[in-house]
Amino acid sequence: MVAFAVKRKTKVSTGGSLPVLLGLVAAAVFLAVGSLVSNIFAQQTVAGLAQGAIFASLALALVLIYRATEVINFAQGEMAMATTYIAYQLTLWHVTYWLAFFLTLVIAFFLGVVVYGVVIRPVQHRSVIALVIITVGLFILIDGLVTWKWGADLKFMPAPFGNQVYHAGGVSFSRQDLGVLLVSILSVILLWVLFQFTRLGLAMRAAALRPAAAALVGVRVDWMLAIGWGLAAVLGAVAGLMTEPSQFLQPTMMQSILLYAFAAAVLGGLESPAGSVVGGLAIGVFLNLIGQYWGFATAELRLPIAFVVLLVVLLFKPTGLFGRKQVRRV
Amino acid sequence: MRRRLVPLVLIAALAVLLALAPLGLSDYHRGLWAHVGVYFIAILGLNILVGYTGQISIGHGAFMAIGGYTTALMSHYHHLNLIATLPLSFAITFACGLLVGIPALRFRGVYLALATFALAVSVPELPLKWSKWTGGSGGMQTATTPSNLWLYAVSWTCAALAFAAAWLLLRGRTGRAFRSIRDSELAAASSGVSLPIYKTLAFGVSAAFAGVAGSLFVLVTNGFAQPNEFTVLLSLQLLIGAAVAGLGSLWGTLAGAVFVGLLPELSTAVPFVGQGHGQDVVFGLIVIVVMLLLPNGVAGLLFAIDSRFNAPIKSDPAAS
Amino acid sequence: MTALLELRDVTARYGPVQALHGVTLAVDEGQIAAVLGANGAGKTTTLRAVSGTVRREGELRFAGKRLDRSGPDAAARLGIAHVPEGRGTFAELTVWENLRLGAYTRRGAKEDFSRVQAYFPWLEERRTQQAGTLSGGEQQMLALARAFMQRPRLLLLDEPSLGLAPLLVTEIFRIIKELNENEGVTVLVVEQNAHIALQAAQHTFVLEVGRVALSGPSADLQQHESVRRSYLGY
Repeated sequence: MVAFAVKRKTKVSTGGSLPVLLGLVAAAVFLAVGSLVSNIFAQQTVAGLAQGAIFASLALALVLIYRATEVINFAQGEMAMATTYIAYQLTLWHVTYWLAFFLTLVIAFFLGVVVYGVVIRPVQHRSVIALVIITVGLFILIDGLVTWKWGADLKFMPAPFGNQVYHAGGVSFSRQDLGVLLVSILSVILLWVLFQFTRLGLAMRAAALRPAAAALVGVRVDWMLAIGWGLAAVLGAVAGLMTEPSQFLQPTMMQSILLYAFAAAVLGGLESPAGSVVGGLAIGVFLNLIGQYWGFATAELRLPIAFVVLLVVLLFKPTGLFGRKQVRRV
Repeated sequence: MRRRLVPLVLIAALAVLLALAPLGLSDYHRGLWAHVGVYFIAILGLNILVGYTGQISIGHGAFMAIGGYTTALMSHYHHLNLIATLPLSFAITFACGLLVGIPALRFRGVYLALATFALAVSVPELPLKWSKWTGGSGGMQTATTPSNLWLYAVSWTCAALAFAAAWLLLRGRTGRAFRSIRDSELAAASSGVSLPIYKTLAFGVSAAFAGVAGSLFVLVTNGFAQPNEFTVLLSLQLLIGAAVAGLGSLWGTLAGAVFVGLLPELSTAVPFVGQGHGQDVVFGLIVIVVMLLLPNGVAGLLFAIDSRFNAPIKSDPAAS
Repeated sequence: MTALLELRDVTARYGPVQALHGVTLAVDEGQIAAVLGANGAGKTTTLRAVSGTVRREGELRFAGKRLDRSGPDAAARLGIAHVPEGRGTFAELTVWENLRLGAYTRRGAKEDFSRVQAYFPWLEERRTQQAGTLSGGEQQMLALARAFMQRPRLLLLDEPSLGLAPLLVTEIFRIIKELNENEGVTVLVVEQNAHIALQAAQHTFVLEVGRVALSGPSADLQQHESVRRSYLGY
């Protein structure tokens, strides 16, 4: 019996390198300290986290799809918006809010699967550009369908969390913000559990990483990818439903959120789910704090600032904070 | 000899048609076709970057914005002759393109696409910040607003010049260098093609074309330069136009320009769904269907037709 | 003994290039069969044809049933485990996750693992190690273990000796023989290392330009003039 040299190798779970992790810990400490020192800081941080949680949900959806099918889904925001309108329609039919919420998630899942099967799967092996354009076409199509069916005027849904404001030690938090944070975090955790601990999640990861090898062990790769799209659509629906209370329901509701979600996804590293969540939260908090403390950074500059930050990070880490270095095979 | 004759005849015929068309078109349609000319130039530029060097950009709307505002500002504050603003626009956006192209060297594929997307999103916000000079969201106007006939003539002359320039650029050494970069950067570099020089050059030229298109765009829209004319959607439309045209080939450019310039207009003519916002439904559907059916764009279709008629004698690989 | 795997006039192509020009062979249940041949002879393609990884025409039967248009995942569910060139290891996942994936088509992963452990005892302490950080030999072992987790009836192995030191090659083939003798797994192994293949397998096929040129008991082929000259070097 040949003996193998026993090597103790550390388990590499994410692409996060030490400097990045240290930086994040430092940032977290900074936020905690700042919140303790200043009430306004604390409020802006919490509000920023809530906003960032929405970016994170949509960014996670983008990353899920990108990992599975290598497609940048430009229509993700519109799909999220459309499913929110479906929830709205359900409430018009006298379905209670939370029942409508869960029904919408189910409907969103099937919508994601259908979009994958009908529009994406036939062209999956085409060029990046072709896929980008198809999702853009989808964007325009969905936007048109929603505006055609419900109109472009503002609509209102019953508030999921109410309008209460809590006070703790001189700081006020809205129930809304806390609710958004809770729901978003819960959905992310559930997804994480699915991927890490279930047979299905493992099969989905395998199908995304190495479709050929996955097929050889019996994984139905196409179905896994379809489920991936379905789950991404569910995440999008969550993002949309969490956005509605503050932005109200209109066809353009998710457009700027999609942009922030892109920034978050790239910031975190397109292949890293953890990265997209961190990226989203980071952008949310950063924008709020910078808006508060830097006079130059007025509302119009929020988007450009987010992207300037993104570009700067990319210059130092071209594959994002948690992205893996791409090894080029000759 | 015969193979070259057909495309040349077609181009000549198209040129004559375009030159004579305004005489028969209504004033409104002249304006519409001037629009198409603008898209023609922008898509040409984008194709040079995306189709020939393989660098994806979803940000050319930003370069159009820079060009457009250059024209507006020069005309409004310095009363510069409109035509004179065009070379200025070209030069400025060329420089901007080079500036963008340099950091772009570090990004690959999807990340480059998203970095340029960042540009497309951020640049149009800038006029809002400095609204004192740019008129903010209300926009600003050039000193003079020319007629649709003038616009048609100028944009299509520029389009013709741009096409000729692109064709000359791409058929020579530069074109070969570009294509080699698209096919394999590693192989190109190993063959002595300087990646930084050619990739940045492509960005510069491509941006310059977009800049001129942007200037004309402002002129065509009543001389008005507004931030919400240069949104992300514009960059996406350019990309759609380039894809429909067929990347890596110049021959489909007109089709791409017509697609993006006229289709939204034509969608309103579709019964029942065409009214109100239904036109987006039609446009979106058609974009999807076209990409599903014509992955290589119109140029791909043209090549397919061409090879049908001029098929070489096929040898049977199995019989050996 | 009935043939577990039967190929009759199977052809396969990669685009315009024809790789198999009509392969006919049969592997009996419980046998170890080897496929030898020069580069480009079609050895890998033959395995791919069986698992459905490449599109093929012709008659393929597994346990009497036709394998028509089924893809690789269907083949796995039927009990065919294919360890491809490059081993098909999920380098980004842990050793344990790779093994769990091996058992994807079955329900009791835990029980399967204890059986696998008997053959690969060192796997236990490497459970959480990222598969890509294993050495070449370890990865090959892992691939074999993963395939065995599937409890297949037929094991397709593509050049298991590739890139391995001689001691490891002997070790791997020892395990393959054990799996065949103790667990009754039928094996079809493609090899460049003719020596070890002829020793391990009862029956050998020699492929040339996409066709079976020679077929027979390994002992006979070992004495065969052209085999000795082309593949054994003497």
